[in-house]
Amino acid sequence: MSDLIRLERVTAAYGAEPVLVDIDLAIADGDFVGIVGPSGSGKSTLLRILTGSMRPSSGSIERSPKVRIGYVPQVETVNWFFPVTVREAVLMASPSGRRGPRATPEEIRGATEILEHLGLGDLGDRHIRALSGGQQQRVFIARALMRRPNLLLLDEPTSGVDVRTRHDVMHLLHELHHEGLAIVLTTHDLNGIAAHLPSLVCVNREVIARGSPREVMTPDVLERAYGAPMDVLTHGGMPVVVERVEEAPLVEATAPLPKEHHEHPA
Amino acid sequence: MSILLEPFEFEFFRNALIAATIVGALCGLIGVYVVLRGMSYIGHGLAHAIFGWAVIAATIGVGILAGAGLGGFVSALMINRVARRRTIGADAAIGVVTIAILAFGLALISLRRGFTQNFESLLFGNVLAVGVAQIVAVAVVALAVAGFVLVLYRPLLFTTFDPEVAAASGVRVSRMNSFLALALAATIVVTMQILGVLLVSAALVIPPVIARMITDSFGRMLWLSTAVGSAAGLIGVYLSWHLDIASGPAIVLVEAVAFVVTYALTARRNRLAVVDAHL
Repeated sequence: MSDLIRLERVTAAYGAEPVLVDIDLAIADGDFVGIVGPSGSGKSTLLRILTGSMRPSSGSIERSPKVRIGYVPQVETVNWFFPVTVREAVLMASPSGRRGPRATPEEIRGATEILEHLGLGDLGDRHIRALSGGQQQRVFIARALMRRPNLLLLDEPTSGVDVRTRHDVMHLLHELHHEGLAIVLTTHDLNGIAAHLPSLVCVNREVIARGSPREVMTPDVLERAYGAPMDVLTHGGMPVVVERVEEAPLVEATAPLPKEHHEHPA
Repeated sequence: MSILLEPFEFEFFRNALIAATIVGALCGLIGVYVVLRGMSYIGHGLAHAIFGWAVIAATIGVGILAGAGLGGFVSALMINRVARRRTIGADAAIGVVTIAILAFGLALISLRRGFTQNFESLLFGNVLAVGVAQIVAVAVVALAVAGFVLVLYRPLLFTTFDPEVAAASGVRVSRMNSFLALALAATIVVTMQILGVLLVSAALVIPPVIARMITDSFGRMLWLSTAVGSAAGLIGVYLSWHLDIASGPAIVLVEAVAFVVTYALTARRNRLAVVDAHL
């Protein structure tokens, strides 16, 4: 498998403060990678560097000439009151580079195929707000697929959605991966998403660990990344992260409670 | 019947009608991007800045329209630049950049007490003084802006809706922003002479807001807003003759009435949308 994108010793900063330091990462054809880490660890910045919308302050990025990226933003960042129908949202990303308002017959055919494939076939004229959470996420996946990408990048694709929607979205992503798409996504959901992915990269300013969920989701790696002790259990062959409960009581009584609090009502 | 057709006998009225119709359409069209980018205040602020630039241009002895247009373009770019710093934000950026330039223009006027240039018409507009040359200027700007919106329809929509993903998808976002800044500056310069600095922002904001209340589709919003702006220009000038009021305020008042009527007619639909959004 050939690399689609390779980062070497990449450092990125907003202002003077570096968010990512000396990142080495290679994304190859057919990869399905989850980027995990605590809030503010640089997950989204890493995704921005992969999309090319942010330039690193040092290090090198090699992109294969054949890489075509489709990017799906966090749905929480979408302006849901923007006047745009499902079809308009999908067609604004033209694969042919056409800029005018009229879509070509091929573009319309492509959009129809993708919308039907994603179960949105009858919803082309609906406003994006008038959809369920899972459908909304699929609209933006459909827009990314319009560019006929071979690498799909998703920023927190299941953030703020219910369990059913999370399941639907992950099922769709696994399907797209089986169809040959390389996928990289960020997630803060270790048990619901990360544990189900073929490979993970754990970051917190730097790469803490990479490998399968079993290799990355270990108490040692998680404590180094999140700065808090965590236990890892195994359930159905998959790691499950639980917060470690300290034995010491959270609140120590410094004075006896007032007497009436101990009395039961008559 | 003759009373209704009476104003058409006068050339200045026919000129005013044509100019106001084109200007209304132009503001309705470019206003869609202004409103959807959450920069409604930019029309107001930029008109003030362009007034400041007009004074500066007159002081240094270059053409007022060219100077004001170029200055407006630079101001819009400066606003984009300052607004990118998140600790400041677009509304504060507009306030700082535009009012500073207006203040500079006003300072120049106060310094040069012998200023012969009459800037009153720029402040309040004078559609009844529009000549053929101004109609040509308005039409050229309107055609250029409409052509630019058509040719760059999808990248402009993508940049307005989702600039980060647009950039990741190969759209040159900063170039689109510059094109829009240029189109907006040119629109304000030609509109200012007709509606005046004080009323330009209403013509930029009200038609898109009316169109937005009617439709959930970007494409439909674009042409509806253009049509509403154009109709308001036409009806406003016509009513101003019969009601004997100034044309600029008449155009804006027609838009304001259309806003109130649309707001009332779409109230139920919008209430349902709000309920949907909370479900």
